[in-house]
Order: sequence, then structure tokens, then C-alpha cells
Amino acid sequence: MTTKTPSKLEKILRDGHLAVTSECGPPRGSNIDHIVKKGELIKDHVDAINITDNQTSMTRLCSLAACIRLKLMGLEPVLQMVTRDRNRIALQSDILGAASFDINNILCLSGDHQSFGDCSQGQNVHDIDSIQLIQAVRHMRDEGKFLGGDELEGKPEMFVGAAANPFADPFEIRVPRLAKKIAAGVEFIQTQCIYNLDKFEEWMKGVRERGLHEKCFILAGLTPMKSVGMAKYMQKRVPGMDVPEEVIKRLQGVEKGKQADEGIKMCIESIQRLKECEGVAGFHVMAIEWEEKVPEIVEAAGLYPRPNGN
Amino acid sequence: MIVADKKPIEEIIECLKDHKNILVLGCNECVTVCEAGGKKEVGVLASALRMNARKEGKEVKIDELTLERQCDREYLDEIRDSIDQYDAVVSLACGVGVQFTAEQYHDKPIYPGVNTTFLGATEERGVWTERCQACGQCILATTGGICPVARCAKRLFNGPCGGSTTGKCEINAEVDCAWQLIVDRLKALERLDDYEKLCPLKDWSTDRAGGPRKVVREDVKQ
Ligand code: SF4
Repeated sequence: MTTKTPSKLEKILRDGHLAVTSECGPPRGSNIDHIVKKGELIKDHVDAINITDNQTSMTRLCSLAACIRLKLMGLEPVLQMVTRDRNRIALQSDILGAASFDINNILCLSGDHQSFGDCSQGQNVHDIDSIQLIQAVRHMRDEGKFLGGDELEGKPEMFVGAAANPFADPFEIRVPRLAKKIAAGVEFIQTQCIYNLDKFEEWMKGVRERGLHEKCFILAGLTPMKSVGMAKYMQKRVPGMDVPEEVIKRLQGVEKGKQADEGIKMCIESIQRLKECEGVAGFHVMAIEWEEKVPEIVEAAGLYPRPNGN
Repeated sequence: MIVADKKPIEEIIECLKDHKNILVLGCNECVTVCEAGGKKEVGVLASALRMNARKEGKEVKIDELTLERQCDREYLDEIRDSIDQYDAVVSLACGVGVQFTAEQYHDKPIYPGVNTTFLGATEERGVWTERCQACGQCILATTGGICPVARCAKRLFNGPCGGSTTGKCEINAEVDCAWQLIVDRLKALERLDDYEKLCPLKDWSTDRAGGPRKVVREDVKQ
């Protein structure tokens, strides 16, 4: 199938393979070794690596610099970009900067509120929102123009993604919201971490009823639980996260030293179940500060070896 | 209305520490309704300041006055003859009143006695909530009469974000999610289909982003 960009992720998806992506958070300092190591660890098991953009509003090394680093190592980064910290001038400018290093994937987000982070007294920008950012990148790529209308000298060839959270409220607009992102021009979606598989499948049913799975690639998001504590924290403290009681009970059912293994097992089982879900085009495995487990999960879930994407 | 909140008394005392003749100046408009800067609050603050002066053994004269409005020159003129008796004014009006008073009485220190907080409404006595950020280009017609600029913590034009939980905003379980309210209202209006209309990029030049704003109305100018 023909691709619209040089993105390897796009190629793999359009060729009909189940894609595998993962993500890494940049360091809280200028020492980049950490992200280089993470990249090395998972590069053979994933098709692309998201680099988060000051996630949970904790200030970190910028996503763009970390993406460039991965690109220089020959890896395929996905530039996450939030609208919280940049106005439309900065967003367009960073998109062009990323494109100049052949970063071919972008994930458009609005970002967690700054009150969660280390600069809770800071101002937020929110000049445009995540859906408008999707429109902006597509406009730049497809029309070859700035938002202001001037011609670009060189278009950003980016495969455009966004997040979707099937578990946030109000549930009834979660399918229409995806439709809205598609109308804005989104080409791939990475979902919020899925623990409530029934609810995810219900959402996917609604997605299929409107044929939305044929209009964008949906990558199911998964994060292995490390412990009961983590599961409870996610359930109670992370907004928009749906962790059913069964998940907690199952982890409680094994001794403390084995909870992490159980979490990995549950993650693999979820992938196996969702492989059968029509419309799921791949998996986004977010092993938070636990990247070394990604290869094991990918292999056990039968997603290895990865296609070469050429 | 413009909603204001009380300023900590210590902050006001600190501003006034070198002054001997002070006028506490209230306003009969918004700040009276939100019980932060009307006649009653002028009385309370003036008494507290007098008590403090006594405690510190200082001789300080504190007068009270509440004008109809401090955002109108006509009413501010009412203190023209008496202003020279004072070496400082504490204005309990909103930030507009403080500045307008200062503009009229150029050589007089005018201190703010309240924190001006937002444009809002009274939920119940003692509770006020924000409704408008005066962005200069009203979009309420398309959002079911609920403003995402003022009421969504991320001012999303195409919300809600992924953090909306059981009707509440991700920042705080006490805050309603504006987009839940918008969706509920569109439903009540039988216009939920409108939810899928993409909201275009906003022109912020009519907002703070465009610099200090001005409305000139030729039709009412004299
Ligand atoms: S939860 Fe609702 S109000 Fe809060 S930031 Fe998200 S969309 Fe806006």
C-alpha cells in the first residue's frame, strides 16, 4: 500500500502488520545516556519509540532533542508534542525542526495539567488544542503552508497520531471524539492503558460500527503492572484510568515477589486477546521505567520478529 | 460580575505601615455583591486597622467611605475635596477601581484591599464560581452556552481530554469538567451531533494576547 510519508511505522501499518511501539521518558537532566540505553534495549522489538513531552508536567529534557538522539542511532522516534507549553509559533517551529532531522512521526496531545508537575505555579499556554494540532500538522504537510498561510520551504513529512482514552467520561462521546480526530486528519491512534478489556472491546465495537477502524490505525495501549501498589495507585490517582477490581485481586493473589511476573503475564494475555479484536492494528507497550521487559512481552505475545519496514 | 476575594490583613497592614491618615474606600457594585469590598467590608477592615494601630501604639486616623462606583470618574470626583486629608487610600474595589482611583489622584498612593479573582456568579451565599474570561469573541453559541475558555482547565475547544472522570475535571474532583457540562447540555438541546463539528483555531487577538483592549462605540459616543 502506498504511504504518504517516509515513516517506517506508517509503512508497517499500511503493509498490514500488527505494529509494536513503545515509549521512553527523557531524563530529568541533561545526561542523555539513559535514553540511549533504553533505545538500545528495545530497538529490535519495536517499530517505533515514543518520546514523551514533559509527561505529568514534570520538567525533563525536551522530547525533540531525545528524538533526534534516537534518530541518529538509526531508530524510529515518535515525537510527542503537547499544546500545554507551546503556542502555535513554537509548535510549528518545533515540527519543522523535527522534520529537518527526518523525524517522521508525531503524536498530538494536549498534555497533563501543570498542577500535577514540578511547576504548578507556572502558566499554561493552550493556544490550540490537540485536535487543532492534528489539523496544523496535516495542513503543513499536505498544503505545504504555515498556519499563517505562507509557503513552507520544505514540508514536514510526518505520520500524524493522537491519543484516545476509551475509558474517560463521558463514555458516549468517546467514539464521536475519535471520529472528530479522524476528521481533523489523524492517521494513527495510541490508546490509554487498557486494563478493562470488556470496556475497550465495547468502544471498539462502536468504532467498527462507524467504520472508523478503517480510517485510522488503532494501537492498543498496554502497561504491565509491577505491583498491587501500582495498580491501586493507577486506579485511585490517575485521572481517566480504569483499573477493574479483578486486576487488583489477581495481583493480590500472588506473593509479593511474584507480582511483577503476574503483571507481565496479564499484559501478554491482554495482547493475545486484543489481537483477535477487529480493528486493533497494533500495540503500544508502555513499560514505565521498566523498558527492559518490553522484549520479553513482545516475544511472549508472538509479535517477534518485527518486520523490517522497508 | 467581577468577583473579588479578601486580601490577607497582614498584607494590607504592611502596605500601610508608614501612613498616618488613611481612607478605606469601598465600592457599591460587584465587590458589594460578592461581600469583599462594600460598605460592610469597609467597616470591618477599618476597625481591624484601628485595632492594629492601637496595639502597635501608633496614632493613625482611619476614615471610611463607599462610593457608588470606582470605575466611573463622576463618582470618584466625590472625594476630590477631601482626598488631601489622607496620605494613603486602601481601595476595596476590583483592580479596575484601584487603577481608576489612582489615575484620578495621581500623587496619592492607592493600595489594593482585595484580590480581584474572576468574572463569575454567586452559586450560594459565600460561594462564587468563574464563568467568563472576557476573551473578546464569544463562542457560547457553539458550545451549548458553557464556556470552555473559562471553565476547562486546558481551555480545550474540542474536548474533553482523557482526564474527565465522572463529570469532574482531572485537576480536582471539586471542579466540574466543562466538557461534561457541554455534552450534557447539547444532549438536552437535542444537538449532540454538533459535538462532532470541529472548532477552528481561535483568534486570540481580541484576548489579552492582543495587548490592552479598548472598545470604541461611535454610536454611543458624544
Ligand atoms: S477534565 Fe474536562 S475541564 Fe478538565 S481539562 Fe479535561 S476537558 Fe477540561
